[in-house]
This record gives sequence, C-alpha cells and structure tokens, in this order.
Amino acid sequence: MSGIKLSYRVDGDNFSSAGEASEQVKMRLKQLGVDSSIIRRVAIAMYEAEINMVIHAKGGMAYVEVEPDRIVLSLQDEGPGIADIELAMKEGYSTAPDTIRALGFGAGMGLPNMKKYTDEMKITSEVGKGTTVDMIIYLSAK
Amino acid sequence: MQIKQIMEYLNAEVVCGEANLETEVHSAFGADMMSDVLAFVKDQSVLLTGLTNPQVIRTAEMVDMKCIVFVRGKQPDHTMIDLAIKKGIVLLKTTLRMYPACGILYMNGLEAGGTV
Repeated sequence: MSGIKLSYRVDGDNFSSAGEASEQVKMRLKQLGVDSSIIRRVAIAMYEAEINMVIHAKGGMAYVEVEPDRIVLSLQDEGPGIADIELAMKEGYSTAPDTIRALGFGAGMGLPNMKKYTDEMKITSEVGKGTTVDMIIYLSAK
Repeated sequence: MQIKQIMEYLNAEVVCGEANLETEVHSAFGADMMSDVLAFVKDQSVLLTGLTNPQVIRTAEMVDMKCIVFVRGKQPDHTMIDLAIKKGIVLLKTTLRMYPACGILYMNGLEAGGTV
C-alpha cells in the first residue's frame, strides 16, 4: 500500500452533500486495511475541513495521499481567506452564520478539532485569495 | 444493551435499520451540536439528538455510531433515511425530550462512555 493519491471536488453550493469526500476516503482507507482508530481521525479531520470549505469558501478541492507511513491531507479553497489564523484556531471562535449554527455546526470547534485529531496541521491563508489546510496523520503510534 | 432495548425503554419507533436491532451498544452521547459530537465523542455508539439534517447522519458515520435516536418527535427526512440505510445506521424516534431520554437510558445501564 504505497503512494495512493485521491482527489475530490467539494461542492460548495450544497450543504447536504458536504462530507461526501470524507465518506469516500473513509471507505477507501477501510478497504486498504488501515487501522480503525487512524481512519476515524482522518475522517473527522477531513470532514471538519470539508464542512468549513462549504460554509466559508463555496467549496474547493480535497487531496489525500496514502503513503506507507502516513496519510497526508490537503484541502484547498479559493474562499475569502482567514485574516487572523491564531484567532481562528481558538476553541469557540466562529464566523459561521446563524443558519449554519441551526444545522448543528459553527461552534468554533472545527479547526481545534482538526489539530486535535492530526499529528501535524498547517494553515496557509491569504485574505481574498483562499485557504489551504495541510494535515498529516502518521500510521504508526505517535 | 441491544438497540431493541433502547426502543423499549424510550417507547421509540424504528425509522430504518430493522435488521440491526440486536446490535450491542454500551454507551451514548446526547447533543444537538454536531460540532460537539465531532469534538467529544470517543467510543460512544448511540447518538441522541433533536437535530434533523443530513449532516447528522454523516457526523454519526464519521464517529462510527451504530444508532441515532431522534428525540422530541423529530422525523428524519428521506435523504437522511437513505444515507443511514447506506451506512447501516439504525434510526429510532421517540416523543421523549432529550433529558428524560438520556436519563432513562443512563439509569438502565447505557453509560456515558470515554472522553477524549
């Protein structure tokens, strides 16, 4: 199992379909026989990122690489960008509208969750250009 | 306990997943915020919620839930039911509110489960 590359378009117009890419990645990792606790961490981190893209950036692209020792996720959008990444990383800080809160999201837990469930996480963002979230999860125990 | 016992305790109806009613579950989580489910669920396999939109099913699937109980008489729609069938998740609904529904299950041995 080495060097499998997957890519998905995340549709930004349809909140109902948010999470489809994460679901497919989850299935694929199961087929590859990846440990279930690792799959869960990948699925949650990617799902949070996917939801964020749909809420804030009208969708984007999700790239997943399954390497022999790690899983690398990169979620790239051309949305409004994040002006203050440190603030955005704070638990409870959210700029999601009330309509999104009514759907059960926007509690300001997305980015902190991604950090919690991954071994490495990096946000690159430019206001007006977009945001890229890169995450790595190692296949062996931390 | 088995999922079918949850039905009895909560006087709940099955929405879908009849074939999996004998699945054993040991702990549960109650929330209307899916963000909290993603942040705090560790090994719980039953979700009690009053929220109905497709992301409830997806969230449950991401954290490996086996059963979702909709409280306060909430009715999941077809998109949700189709998704749950695809994922093998049992959907139940009860007219009980969140607090008594959780309380009844807790008193009968369905634990709170681990915390992250």
